[in-house]
Amino acid sequence: MNMSTVAIDFSGVKKSFGDKLIVNDLSFSVARGECFGLLGPNGAGKSTIARMLLGMISPDVGEITVLDEPVPSRARAARVRVGVVPQFDNLENEFTVLENLLVFGRYFGMSARKIEAVAPSLLEFARLEAKADVRVSKLSGGMKRRLTLARALINDPHLLVMDEPTTGLDPHARHLIWERLRVLLARGKTILLTTHFMEEAERLCDRLCVLESGCKIAEGKPDALIDEHIGCNVLEIYGGDLHQLQELIRPYARHIEVSGETLFCYAQYPEQVCVHLRGRAGLRVLQRPPNLEDVFLRLTGREMEK
Amino acid sequence: MNESYASVMPANAYNWIAVWRRNFMAWRKVALASILGNLADPITNLFGLGFGLGLIVGQVEGTSYIAFLAAGMVAVSAMTSATFETLYAAFARMDAKRTWEAILSTQLTLGDIVLGELVWAASKSVLAGTAIGIVAATMGYTSWPSILYAMPTIALTGLVFSSLAMVVISLAPSYDYFVFYQTLVLTPMVFLCGVVFPTSQLPGSFQHAAAMLPLAHSVDLIRPAMLERGADSAALHVGALCVYAVLPFFASTALFQRRLLR
Repeated sequence: MNMSTVAIDFSGVKKSFGDKLIVNDLSFSVARGECFGLLGPNGAGKSTIARMLLGMISPDVGEITVLDEPVPSRARAARVRVGVVPQFDNLENEFTVLENLLVFGRYFGMSARKIEAVAPSLLEFARLEAKADVRVSKLSGGMKRRLTLARALINDPHLLVMDEPTTGLDPHARHLIWERLRVLLARGKTILLTTHFMEEAERLCDRLCVLESGCKIAEGKPDALIDEHIGCNVLEIYGGDLHQLQELIRPYARHIEVSGETLFCYAQYPEQVCVHLRGRAGLRVLQRPPNLEDVFLRLTGREMEK
Repeated sequence: MNESYASVMPANAYNWIAVWRRNFMAWRKVALASILGNLADPITNLFGLGFGLGLIVGQVEGTSYIAFLAAGMVAVSAMTSATFETLYAAFARMDAKRTWEAILSTQLTLGDIVLGELVWAASKSVLAGTAIGIVAATMGYTSWPSILYAMPTIALTGLVFSSLAMVVISLAPSYDYFVFYQTLVLTPMVFLCGVVFPTSQLPGSFQHAAAMLPLAHSVDLIRPAMLERGADSAALHVGALCVYAVLPFFASTALFQRRLLR
């Protein structure tokens, strides 16, 4: 990839805290205009990677480049063109919505006049036009996230770094954020997001990197990863003796995983499996297309915690 | 290490203003309560001790006890308002409120933030110290222009004690530890530095130790200003206060770097 088309480049990055290895030999590249996901369970190192990208944590080994600036040495120059949506809200709760934008714009050296000129379009984008003079402490969780997003856009960044942007939101608020992010992608922004929601990663990301314990265990387009690692239908079976069921359906399954009280059966012809399960009392069977959850389960042998 | 330490220093001479303005904006919403809260304690001390003890003590260093005490109270109120602003409010912004974290995702550096917080705390000291001065001038214990003469020292005192408190909050795991700094450092300093009685009353060895403390340098500048006398070795006091303001700034910024940016 040509440098000018690359927004983020990690090359052989390692980071330990004490003797605990948090990020292990990680390399990936994000092209400009792309939505790239870091997908993994809690503790996989996602937030550490996001903070390294901003120059807030220095790697022990490896090279990081963000918008053509070496990080952390020139992280400040890079951050001028980056917007950040942190994992935990850090808005000014005592300030109004508009005051939050005003205060934050000043950190980028913007004049009050310039901030007031861009604020209406940001509030409109965040669907907060009617809330300009409302205190943040009176806003719902979804509104606060949208304000954090609007705040991250105040410096008109090329790149948005979002650490678990929809964690803790209800489904309606989550869908509204996703819809807003797609608008940003359509405008040509680059987005790096960390998430442990498979659905979020599948819907938004052009490409993603699956992480476990600081290691990259897979990288690619969501569809391609699902095809490559699963490539067939899935039956979720629960409510019976898992050991007995496993023996029963093994001849018809390409692969079987057990996680908790659920049996995941991957089969080319799920009907064949269903025939053998018919008539068993108390058994629940759900047939569905494969998703990234299955990829993670396949690669790690365990489900990603919700 | 050197290169990384340089990266957290203030990026330029004006970035800190955005941090100051953020704090000013927050303060404006609660200004009246804040001013009354800051004034109540020193004024109670001034009148309680001034009238009560003043009757017994009579004249001190050629002036009434309450006029002697008023100058000390100006220095103490500058010290406590900068200290408390930093210990409690700045600590909350650094820790629970995550305000610093938000600022660190912009083009500001840690040094810009710490500098903005220091100047803000010093501004609150000027407000508190001046308010006590105004009360004293109204009662006739000092002249109006002397408040102006004392103001640069009040501001410098604010910077010093905010800077020292920055070191405390950069090390303290939680609020619970601040009480040690208050009871073991600040309270003894009030009694050692000539606030409520002249340092000449102290045993000789204490006098030498006390003369090194930052509050002693503040008192030695503010009291002559308020009593319209010439200050002895003013340059030495100003120089000492500058050292007390600058060294903890560099130390606390390095400690914050270790705490917040690993």
